[in-house]
Amino acid sequence: MVIVAKVDNALRLSAVDRKATALGLTIGQPLANARAMLPALKVVAANDPADLKLLTQIADWCDYFTPLVALDGPRHRLLDVTGVSHLFGGEKPMLDLIRNSLQAQGFAARGAMAGTAVAARALARYSDGTIVDSGEEEQAMRSLPVEALNLDVTTTHALRRAGLKTVKQVASRKRSELVARLGATMLDILDEALGNTAKPISPRKPPPDYWQEQNFPEPVATEEVIQAALKSLTIALAKILERNGQGARCLEAVFFRADGVVRRITIEMGAPTRDPAIIGRLFHEKLDTLADPLDPGFGFDLIRVCAVHVERVVSEIIDLNAYENKRAEINFLIDRLATRFGTHRILVFQPYDAHIPEQAWAAVPAQHVQLSKLSWRKTRKEKDAPRRPLRLFARPQRIDFTMTQHLLWRKVQRVVVQSEGPERIAMEWWRHETPQSARDYFRVEDCEGRRYWLYQQGKLPEWFMHGIFA
Amino acid sequence: MTTLKAFLDKQEFHQTSTRTPLGYDEADLYLKGGLLHGVLHEVFAVIGHEAAATGFAVGLAARVAANKHLLWIRQDFSAHEFGELSPTGLLELGLDPARIFLLSVANASDGLRAANDALSCTALGAVVIEIPGSPNVLDLVASRRLTLAATQKSVTAFLLRFSAQPDASTAETRWLVRAAASQTQNEDWGYPAFEVDLVRNRHGKTGHWLMEWNCDGRIFQSSTADNRIMVSAAAN
Repeated sequence: MVIVAKVDNALRLSAVDRKATALGLTIGQPLANARAMLPALKVVAANDPADLKLLTQIADWCDYFTPLVALDGPRHRLLDVTGVSHLFGGEKPMLDLIRNSLQAQGFAARGAMAGTAVAARALARYSDGTIVDSGEEEQAMRSLPVEALNLDVTTTHALRRAGLKTVKQVASRKRSELVARLGATMLDILDEALGNTAKPISPRKPPPDYWQEQNFPEPVATEEVIQAALKSLTIALAKILERNGQGARCLEAVFFRADGVVRRITIEMGAPTRDPAIIGRLFHEKLDTLADPLDPGFGFDLIRVCAVHVERVVSEIIDLNAYENKRAEINFLIDRLATRFGTHRILVFQPYDAHIPEQAWAAVPAQHVQLSKLSWRKTRKEKDAPRRPLRLFARPQRIDFTMTQHLLWRKVQRVVVQSEGPERIAMEWWRHETPQSARDYFRVEDCEGRRYWLYQQGKLPEWFMHGIFA
Repeated sequence: MTTLKAFLDKQEFHQTSTRTPLGYDEADLYLKGGLLHGVLHEVFAVIGHEAAATGFAVGLAARVAANKHLLWIRQDFSAHEFGELSPTGLLELGLDPARIFLLSVANASDGLRAANDALSCTALGAVVIEIPGSPNVLDLVASRRLTLAATQKSVTAFLLRFSAQPDASTAETRWLVRAAASQTQNEDWGYPAFEVDLVRNRHGKTGHWLMEWNCDGRIFQSSTADNRIMVSAAAN
């Protein structure tokens, strides 16, 4: 079986399985040739988006072992397991676990462990299953072909042409020669391959500051056990946060299934929190509103709660101050509503200093704003009628209006009884390239007592309905 | 349902009956002192008078909530059709926009759910739910649930209805609102004026009044003009 993809307007083989390779097919071969060789060839079209999704899922699953996971081309994953291997019983058991689990999920996987990323990658490809201690890389890499360095095609070709076929041969040449012919980058990679330098990997996601996890040798699938685990992990995490004087603004619960599927649930808080009851309640809300319910399948073998974003918090003494309690209650309600409906749906009004009425304020997510810092300036004089409407249309609507009797809006004729104005509002001509002309606002009342806020704008002039008063 | 009704009746008997006067004497008299806290009140807009009904609901909620926070729940559709709630407008009516939270929901079912949750927060003074049309989910059961939630923590609920006909509910009071013509003919229009019809009142009589909202005092008052023109409102 082979997979084909369109390369430069010709169908070429992009992947071949073992049987096909044995029969002489290679990657890059035109499909026509392949078919000529093997008329009964099974061909499947390439599906890059699906591939990418699967590879990302595998990377997600690798999170089980360490948060420092990097994508390294479509075929490789780099895991930085410094200091973690003891949790899995040692380096060899850990490597075997990864390889076996991936194979159990149906992938043909090869893995290796070394002190540097380049060495590990090379060994994984050519020497499946090796574990090399820091400092021993040179020894292990010597016999590998130059392709193991994963350099670009031109450089590899150049090395071969120069008669350098193995890493040992390359290493034996003088450094100045190599730099002169092949560039400094190549030398860096060589150094890393031989274990002389080590560069940190760039992980997909920054690792969380604090987390607690629970491993289940027997995967758990029952609701009660999962809830209980989540609760105890939250309490443990809260203790750590308290010890460090931090509160969480964003928490993530990660559920690892035994078959490789990973599920993440995130909650966000408006103010840094470490109260396990509040956090527990928010997770509960989130799980409740999931469009796609949490499916344990055959069970979760690891549940982890991470504090993804933390902030300093002054110690929470039980406050006898009623104001603080009210504040906390409101914050909790906001968080609950945000968790259930989305952060962008629970809003507060924020004033801006702008002339244009629709820009004088904005409705912003309550969780992202310092609620105590909002303040509005009173502009109305006593005994005045309101000068701004209660309901404002986000987009002013065109109307038919002559300053006389009739107003046509939404296909209904309204008889105008009174009008007041104009109030001229300049459209901030100093800010825009092609400025809008000023608007003349009028308050207009119809025979039924409804009060409209209209404006005329432009040369014609055109009339618009902007809002309605109470 | 019968047990629920019995429970509700029992609740009323023991409930601390806090009432806030609206400021309009006759109405307050009919309301036995003022608008009752910790129950459900309904405000229906006469078709075409949505902004006026909003203003009236704002006034009621402001009276009841006093200085506490207020949660306004509204459907996205309502904002598109009838306009966004404007904080500058609220400021002009005498409210502090910093005390208002706006929850924008996709449908009535979400709105009711949010309302039931919010009514458990005693730090709120009032919860207003703005629902356009007559969604199926807003039935007698939903109304009872709101009333129960309001009663438990004594947070007052207001249901603001647009383009809908009043039907069976457990509301304490029900108002039908339309805008009233300004009494003054000069440039200064005076305060917002409403023609309100109290069509349901569990503890008193129904009535029909012309009220103004005093933006400075944050209280209702009778019309400042001498001659009151009573126009019969569209009856339910």
